Amino acid sequence: MRKQLFNVGAILQGLGITFKYMFAKRPTIEYPSIKKQHAPRFHGLHELRRYADGKERCIGCELCSSACPANAITVIGAENSPDARVSPGERRAASYEIDELRCIFCGLCEEACPTDAIVLTPRFEMADYRRGAFVYSKDRLLVPTDAGVGTPPDERPNGIPADLGRVAEVKSTTNVDRGYSATHRGEVLKTERKGLAG
Amino acid sequence: MLVIFVKSAVLLLVVVTTFAYAMLFERKILGWMQLRPGPNRVGPWGLLQPAADAAKLILKEDLTPKTADPLIYRLAPFISLLTAFAVYAVVPFGANGDGSPWAIGDVNAGILFLMAISSIGVYGISLGGWASGSKFPLLGAVRGTAQMISYELSMSLSFVGVLMLAGTTSLTGIVNAQERLWFLIPQALGFVIYVITAVAETNRTPFDLVEAETELVGGFHTEYSGLRFGSFFIAEYVNMLTVSCIATLLFLGGWNAPFGLTLVPGLAWFVLKVGAFMFFYMWLRATLPRFRYDRLMTFGWKVLLPLATLNLVATAAWVALH
Ligand code: SF4
Ligand code: SF4
Repeated sequence: MRKQLFNVGAILQGLGITFKYMFAKRPTIEYPSIKKQHAPRFHGLHELRRYADGKERCIGCELCSSACPANAITVIGAENSPDARVSPGERRAASYEIDELRCIFCGLCEEACPTDAIVLTPRFEMADYRRGAFVYSKDRLLVPTDAGVGTPPDERPNGIPADLGRVAEVKSTTNVDRGYSATHRGEVLKTERKGLAG
Repeated sequence: MLVIFVKSAVLLLVVVTTFAYAMLFERKILGWMQLRPGPNRVGPWGLLQPAADAAKLILKEDLTPKTADPLIYRLAPFISLLTAFAVYAVVPFGANGDGSPWAIGDVNAGILFLMAISSIGVYGISLGGWASGSKFPLLGAVRGTAQMISYELSMSLSFVGVLMLAGTTSLTGIVNAQERLWFLIPQALGFVIYVITAVAETNRTPFDLVEAETELVGGFHTEYSGLRFGSFFIAEYVNMLTVSCIATLLFLGGWNAPFGLTLVPGLAWFVLKVGAFMFFYMWLRATLPRFRYDRLMTFGWKVLLPLATLNLVATAAWVALH
């Protein structure tokens, strides 16, 4: 004990360290105003994609909902009426809901989907005061008709979406430039899906 | 009479503003030392943070536990606050050309008044903790009382060396006696003892066993909320300012300029020295972990007290021989 009580040297050394750190570069990213670059294959909020002609890709097959380990997806399929087609095939999703509070963002729904309809975007800011607001139905999941087709899963963008704000100039933990499609798995998926994508 | 009132009001304002910004700077400095930016959201550079904190404290609900002694529970924060502010009645901040000090009252036993008032401050802590009627505050109060008694002894002894060298108990007289040489140099040991005991007296890290967030959940003020908690909080920072002022007056030459740099006014030197001491306080808080209780006591009684006595005897011998 005597040794610890009189260890003035250690105290001085400690004071020196804290003083030095006062002038060190701080790694803080001031989040709401500046955002950190996420990893290339980051899983965020879902999106239902469209074909170039504006038709919905989803055919209401419920494969995503059976693949989902968290039981977050509820799909109710229905027949397409020939005069007002919603999707190209026979069937469509009459209702499509994802409970983002149940979702664990595993991406299995995206892998299960035969038409690349459901994909995960890098968006992650979904906070709300009401529980109900986390159940996303088709009106919020579908890409708006004037916003293109949505992003194919193999070509998921690496940057923060432009409307989400300023990105921090901190090095990301992953190589941002290489991205999703350059990985081996991405290449395989791409070739496998060639025939399906319309 | 009126002059005294105006002086007191101005001083009160200055002390409260200093408290508010000492708190902000403490959080900033702690942040920097821990690689964080510190508060920076309210106002430019976080400068309005104290106002936001004050508004929050005022709006909070004021709770009194069922088991509390209602009168003493309500009284305790004011004892802390009053004694913390009362000290400034005798603290001089500078001197006119004719040697009359800038203080509300020029008491010729200023240092004794200071010690008397500041030892009443512990009543706020012990009564508050006891009257809360719950276990953590009681433990905090008991610790606080024991700690104050143990460390006040060594603190007083470290003052006596200075008093002997200066030959006066007037704070102005002590500062004037340091015109050529700060007491920091002949009383180096006394200064070290004072710095340590001052940290203990104001219950700050590494001697914050009275609050001890991790074990006592805030210690003596666990049950307090709103402005009553705020009073304790203000008292802690004002006490910190007080011990910094005392250190400056007794050991760092008060408003005397070092190295004959008399171009800079005395008040600026005073503020600078007090500021440096306050910074040292925050620096300590960012660096050192809390003492264990038995070590605190061992250190106080078996190390500090003998050292303070030794310092006293040595100073007395030196004064007697000259
Ligand atoms: S990401 Fe995973 S958990 Fe979320 S909806 Fe898709 S399959 Fe379910
Ligand atoms: S999103 Fe894909 S998997 Fe899910 S129902 Fe629609 S087509 Fe089927």
